[in-house]
Amino acid sequence: MGLTFKEIVEKVKTQFPDSIVSTQEEVIQPWFETKPEILNKVCRFLKDDIELDFDFCESISGVDDTKNLWVVYHLTSLRKKHLIILKTKTERENSQLPTVMDIWKTADWQEREIYDLYGIKFDGHHDLRRILLPEDWQGHPLRKDYKFPEDYDGIPLR
Amino acid sequence: MKEFIEHLYNELEFLEGLPFIIPFIIGSFILAFIIINFIAVFAGVCTYIERKVAARIQARVGPYMVGPHGILQWLADALKLLFKEDTVPEKADKLLFKLAPFIVFAGSFACWVALPLAPAFSPARLNIGILYIIAFGSSVILGILMAGWASSSKWALFGAMRSAAQIVSYEVPTGLTILAMLLITGTLDMHNTIAQINLDGTISGGQSQGLPFPLNYFSTNADNFSAGMFSWYIFRYPPFTFIAFIIIYICALAETNRVPFDIPEAESELVSGYHTEYSGMRFSFFFLSEYANMFVFSAIITTLFLGGWLPPFNITGSLLAPACGIILYMLVKGKTTDPANRFIAFCTGAGIGIFLGVLSGDKNYWFADYLGIQSLRFIEGLFWFFTKSFGLVILMMWLRWTIPRYRVDQLMELCWKKLTPLAFINLFCIGILEWLYK
Amino acid sequence: MPGIKTQEILVNMGPQHPSTHGVLRLVIKTDGELVTEVTPIVGYLHRCAEKIGENVTYDQWIPYTDRMDYIAAMGNNLGISLAVEKLLGMEAPPRAQVIRVLVCELNRVASHLIAFGTFGLDVGAFTPFLYAWREREMILNLFEMLCGARMTFNYIRIGGISFDIDQKFIDKTKEFIEWFEPRIKEYNDLLTYNRIFVERTAKIGIISPERAISYGLTGPNLRASGVNFDVRKDFPYCGYEKYQFNIPLGRDVPEIGAVTGDCWNRYYVRIEEMIESIKIIKQTLENIPAGEYYDAPKKIKPKAGEVYTRIENARGIVGFYIISDGSEKPVRAKVRAPSFINLSILPEIGKNVLVADLIAILGSIDIVLGEIDR
Repeated sequence: MGLTFKEIVEKVKTQFPDSIVSTQEEVIQPWFETKPEILNKVCRFLKDDIELDFDFCESISGVDDTKNLWVVYHLTSLRKKHLIILKTKTERENSQLPTVMDIWKTADWQEREIYDLYGIKFDGHHDLRRILLPEDWQGHPLRKDYKFPEDYDGIPLR
Repeated sequence: MKEFIEHLYNELEFLEGLPFIIPFIIGSFILAFIIINFIAVFAGVCTYIERKVAARIQARVGPYMVGPHGILQWLADALKLLFKEDTVPEKADKLLFKLAPFIVFAGSFACWVALPLAPAFSPARLNIGILYIIAFGSSVILGILMAGWASSSKWALFGAMRSAAQIVSYEVPTGLTILAMLLITGTLDMHNTIAQINLDGTISGGQSQGLPFPLNYFSTNADNFSAGMFSWYIFRYPPFTFIAFIIIYICALAETNRVPFDIPEAESELVSGYHTEYSGMRFSFFFLSEYANMFVFSAIITTLFLGGWLPPFNITGSLLAPACGIILYMLVKGKTTDPANRFIAFCTGAGIGIFLGVLSGDKNYWFADYLGIQSLRFIEGLFWFFTKSFGLVILMMWLRWTIPRYRVDQLMELCWKKLTPLAFINLFCIGILEWLYK
Repeated sequence: MPGIKTQEILVNMGPQHPSTHGVLRLVIKTDGELVTEVTPIVGYLHRCAEKIGENVTYDQWIPYTDRMDYIAAMGNNLGISLAVEKLLGMEAPPRAQVIRVLVCELNRVASHLIAFGTFGLDVGAFTPFLYAWREREMILNLFEMLCGARMTFNYIRIGGISFDIDQKFIDKTKEFIEWFEPRIKEYNDLLTYNRIFVERTAKIGIISPERAISYGLTGPNLRASGVNFDVRKDFPYCGYEKYQFNIPLGRDVPEIGAVTGDCWNRYYVRIEEMIESIKIIKQTLENIPAGEYYDAPKKIKPKAGEVYTRIENARGIVGFYIISDGSEKPVRAKVRAPSFINLSILPEIGKNVLVADLIAILGSIDIVLGEIDR
């Protein structure tokens, strides 16, 4: 079997000493938070390190906790059969995060989805457009402060 | 047909004052009307049969509600198509768009005129019959291109381009194979093609005398051998004429846009190909012409290979075949419930019956002759011609519902890299054999 | 011919097109028959099911998950149920666990039958589709017997299942298996080894293992590329570790010219998975433990926390990421939709192929638009 959560965090810590903002172990599924500035580097390390080997980015989710916007990465190693949950935080206004598209191609559409529904901009994404909603839609519906519009292009929605 | 009208002209007194041209034109129109209706009904019935064949293959029931066993479904469909709105896309080239279905239909319709449907009967007997059919058959492509271009839809354009490439390419192996068969028949007249076959295995008027290798072995060594179906052109030079038959059948599938070559109207790729934008009556013209074309090609193959309106078995064989078939069917019936096995049993029985008929040496082929009623020959000939052609049409349907579709490049590869060289070699070999056995 | 320049045309394939499996729109640039660029445009069915999830209680959301992957809805029911059960810190009773596996595998067979049939349609073979439909109909009848619904079941609930199964259902299922097993050979005869079919699908749309992993492909699409990863084996849930079954993988088949990761393999892995699913179904039917089939707290109100669970559905990994704040409704209910992520590889492998190949590739990925758009 693969590494435990502690071992993985330890490895990341040795590589990037000040990257980890916080860790949560006393929950159902432990996770750690990293700084957005070096997110890309951490992800690159998680994928390229021979022991960590997180080759499979299973899911990227946006989360709104009413104060901040979060992006949660569920990573899996297909060979080592271990997983890790990585979180990163950004403020509500002008939310920006680096893309991980260059590390896992699957981030392309998943980041577009998060951009569409949360409005988080991913720096370096090659084609950051809305994906599920129409291109001229106003607002980002999964934000907690989202107001459902009265109409869309003159079509009443209520 | 001209003779027939001439005959009437001379017989009927009230026509006396008129110049011949007037009754001729009127007669032609009446004949054209009859044929066009016949084709419409025929194609309609074809669609019903196609749907039933498809349903049988796909473990369904098929049309069932209109008339007994849904036999009037095609009429209901035709009515529906008649009453549908005739839509013309806004950006279409109106004139070409409206004209295209008629050109397509005219192309396949005109071919029917020269088909030898029964002994001494075809709507118009042409001495260049086969050339005429090939020429008019190819004119269908003009209409398809027009339809594709005028629709101003990309799918239609795609379909039309594919169709043009496909039909023009497959003209080559078709032409070469027909050429090879013309070497044997020695005539372009489709009537003579069949009329010169003698059912004892010789061809009168043509170049070949007697059965060639290896069938001559039977005919010369056994006096009580009756050639029957073995006098057809397909059994002329065994391996080569078989190959020719297969080549032309594949080409027929391609030229009528049937599976596995239904690329021009590939539903899953091009929506509907060149007739995507058509509706109502105009669409039904494309539809009709598809079925009319299928029959025309089957009829050509029947004429060139399967002896046209000639009966395949002698009378003994014709009587023994169903008898043996039913006997074997009855024997098997109690033992198996699988309809396929029962069918196989029936076919085996029929085969045994035919074989016994061949061995019996019976030299009578026409029931009409046997009964002494010459006019019955017409009906008998019509029956055999339609049975054979229809057999080929049903085979086309069977293929359609069984196999997937080729891709454009694979289709072209098959045509240019496989069928065309094969047709050339075949032509060459048949030429040599014809030269040797002349 | 070199030197001759042709004009590229822009074609809109869909949202109304016979083979886009729903309302997918592909904007394709073609140079004659050659597709030079393909851009999928999705979202025509978007209902923001995740937003709905935040506004309804946990068990109210289950019917909405049915409508995501409506072809294999049991898996979605199971996914959300497992996630909430984990949040609650409970497990479904053993009887429910076995029945869950049973219905999920039945649903997998039904789903793969559709994949098989529609893939045949995409390459122009109509008949296999109706054969697949015939067998699927039997499975749907079984489900109807089970819970009254044929496609959107709402059957697997938090804490168990909604209705118990009876002997009649078990007998009918056995009857179905008896009928179904010889049919696989029929499919293979009719389509799998048909020469035209092989020519249309072998060596088309090859996805290398690295690329498949990088694009996050899961399910048969990933395994057809030769990557041995199946949640049922690697991270078992619902007692999958107790069952004997193999994971079919894509491989080179030199006799017919298929290579790992091509359309033919993606198709054939599904056929083989049906056989494996039947194996599992047989084993579940052998021993269904007696006892409770539903055991959930009166009020489903998990403690604050978050959980991500995944299950192996017919199209790949369905993941549910649920965050609870201790109330009756989740704060965040996210679905990892396998079709959505599988489709994202299309622009990559749909380049420089013929139009007909693009259809074959799209068909082999086997998408469900309800799940892509959510």
